[in-house]
Amino acid sequence: MSETLAIKNKDHFLAHFRNLDFSFDVDFSKTKREEAEKWVKKLDFPTSKTEYWKYTRVNKLIKGDYRMDFPEGEIDIDLSVPSKNCIVLVNGYFSKELSWFSAEKGVNFSSLSDAKENSSIIQKKFATLSKDQDEIFAAVNTAYHQDGAFLHLEKNAVASEPLYIIHISDSESALSNPRNLIIMEEGSEAKVVLKTISTQKGTSFTNMLTEVFVDRNANLEINKVQEEGEQDYQIACEQVEQKKDSHFKINTFTLNGALVRNNLNIDLLGEHTETWLNGLYLLQGKQHVDNHTHVFHREPNCVSHELYKGIMDDQSTGVFNGKVFVHREAQKTNAYQSNANMVLTDDATINSKPELEIYADDVQCSHGSTTGQLDEEALFYLRSRGMSEKSARAVLLNAFAADVVEHIGVESVKEEIEAFIDSHYQGIK
Amino acid sequence: MIKIENLHASIEGTEILRGINLEIKAGEVHAIMGPNGSGKSTLASVLAGRDEYEVTEGSVNFLGEDLLELEPEDRARAGVFLAFQYPVEIPGVSNINFLKTAINEIREKRGQDPLSAKDFLQQVKEKSALVELDGKLKNRSVNEGFSGGEKKRNEIFQMAMLEPKFSILDETDSGLDIDALRVVADGVNKLKTKDNATLVITHYQRLLDYIVPDFVHVLYKGRIVKTGDKNLALELEEKGYDWIKDDAGVTA
Repeated sequence: MSETLAIKNKDHFLAHFRNLDFSFDVDFSKTKREEAEKWVKKLDFPTSKTEYWKYTRVNKLIKGDYRMDFPEGEIDIDLSVPSKNCIVLVNGYFSKELSWFSAEKGVNFSSLSDAKENSSIIQKKFATLSKDQDEIFAAVNTAYHQDGAFLHLEKNAVASEPLYIIHISDSESALSNPRNLIIMEEGSEAKVVLKTISTQKGTSFTNMLTEVFVDRNANLEINKVQEEGEQDYQIACEQVEQKKDSHFKINTFTLNGALVRNNLNIDLLGEHTETWLNGLYLLQGKQHVDNHTHVFHREPNCVSHELYKGIMDDQSTGVFNGKVFVHREAQKTNAYQSNANMVLTDDATINSKPELEIYADDVQCSHGSTTGQLDEEALFYLRSRGMSEKSARAVLLNAFAADVVEHIGVESVKEEIEAFIDSHYQGIK
Repeated sequence: MIKIENLHASIEGTEILRGINLEIKAGEVHAIMGPNGSGKSTLASVLAGRDEYEVTEGSVNFLGEDLLELEPEDRARAGVFLAFQYPVEIPGVSNINFLKTAINEIREKRGQDPLSAKDFLQQVKEKSALVELDGKLKNRSVNEGFSGGEKKRNEIFQMAMLEPKFSILDETDSGLDIDALRVVADGVNKLKTKDNATLVITHYQRLLDYIVPDFVHVLYKGRIVKTGDKNLALELEEKGYDWIKDDAGVTA
């Protein structure tokens, strides 16, 4: 792409934000927006020459014509969320009508805008993890985010039920920049379900950014379910920081979307932390899903487990790039990384690149990547016992996905994913 | 029950079966023996519906139906069972759940209600006892980490659960020690009724001491070149296959 064309595209994309008015925002947030806006101006959108974005072209994302208005009228949707706490965002904005809360001691769950007015801790944390100076999409989110969810668990507080954050892309061509902030104070515990869905059939673009602080001895699980429409674009970034003795788990399920890019960056800042990163992407049609993960081991005695699995059907493309970085001081690190893929057709593609970069000399690290097809012999075996080809395929694909699914700590989400796999590959039930 | 006429089949252009004729009636046990490469396993695969093989000529009539036109699952539903020579390991798929799904799909096709959990478990209990299958194995992934003997016992356990009309045992004896062989053969014998039939494919006569056949056929170069009773198996054991080859050479 020529330089002038790139500039033209960038101008076109940024024009969407020109008339936004953030004068209502609180001062510290406005300052962050201004700083980020400087980065937006300075940085370029990635091209094929940008290593970090090598397999994912963003041209069509930035060339699109979008709208950023709050959706009018009622949204006809049955969210059926089995929880007393659910924040619903629509096109990046907070929807008070669709959200519900029940108070629990030490658990502060609200919209980001409410928190900006009422919480003091947010000032110290907001936009301190996001890499606005390196990543233009992060900078765009900080500069132009509409609203988002805020979750703060006070010291030793335990959320008794999973907390839901649901983003709905409700208007055709909606451009959303939802921004979430999760702060887990020392010894606190919570499970979060972060879901993105779509109620329209056109092409929307959701650029979501979530900052996560997991303080000493705290325990957080995030289940991220990406289920937007088959024309939708999404870039989702989680920027995570873990302190000593903390546990953090994130399970990413990509079930739909035209182009989905996940940037998951985890910084291990204390000893004896444990981290699990699991992912499952089930692609069809011309879907393109790109998972980029970075785990930075900076302190000794930390453990990270990574398991990503993908099933690529039709002409879909999967990208996996997982990087584990072990700093010189991070002795006794245990880091495991695995990416397994099943390619169902000749036209589907997977680009898999697990990476280890180790500067310490006393560590246990391993990584592996496998790509295969459905086991024809196993398929015949099941059919020879009377199972239809469809169920046999569903059974085998379910089995392939099972070790990712079993990591889900929220039963209703687990059932939902299992049911999705069943019906997705069986076409019945 | 099953009538095979002039069956020819090839794989990747090479003809393996070159005109098989065989009729098996209800209540009968037939054995097919033959040297390596004679087409024994190919016959089993073609009957079970493995699609690598191309049937170029002939017909198979199973209970009035054209067997060769059926998908593998429909053959199973019609009552054909293949005990695999090399049972497949399927990690992540529970032995029990898979069987339950298979049985209920078969029942659905036959217009029967699904088996209740209680009845199903009762059957599992009875039929695993038949082949002395360890309780732990039933709940594991299909054949994963099973020993050779355990895999073969699992095959016969599945056969017992599915209650086929016509069973093909493809070299079920290979790789089994004598105790395991006895257990497997006992299981097969207990499942025998006047309404079902069994085709035992084997390279060794030893199995036929335990599963006594009504007929023994010798397969050579894709054809049945000799048929006799159980004494033919003993003769083969004693003299090897060379005389058959010579005979066949003369008649071919």
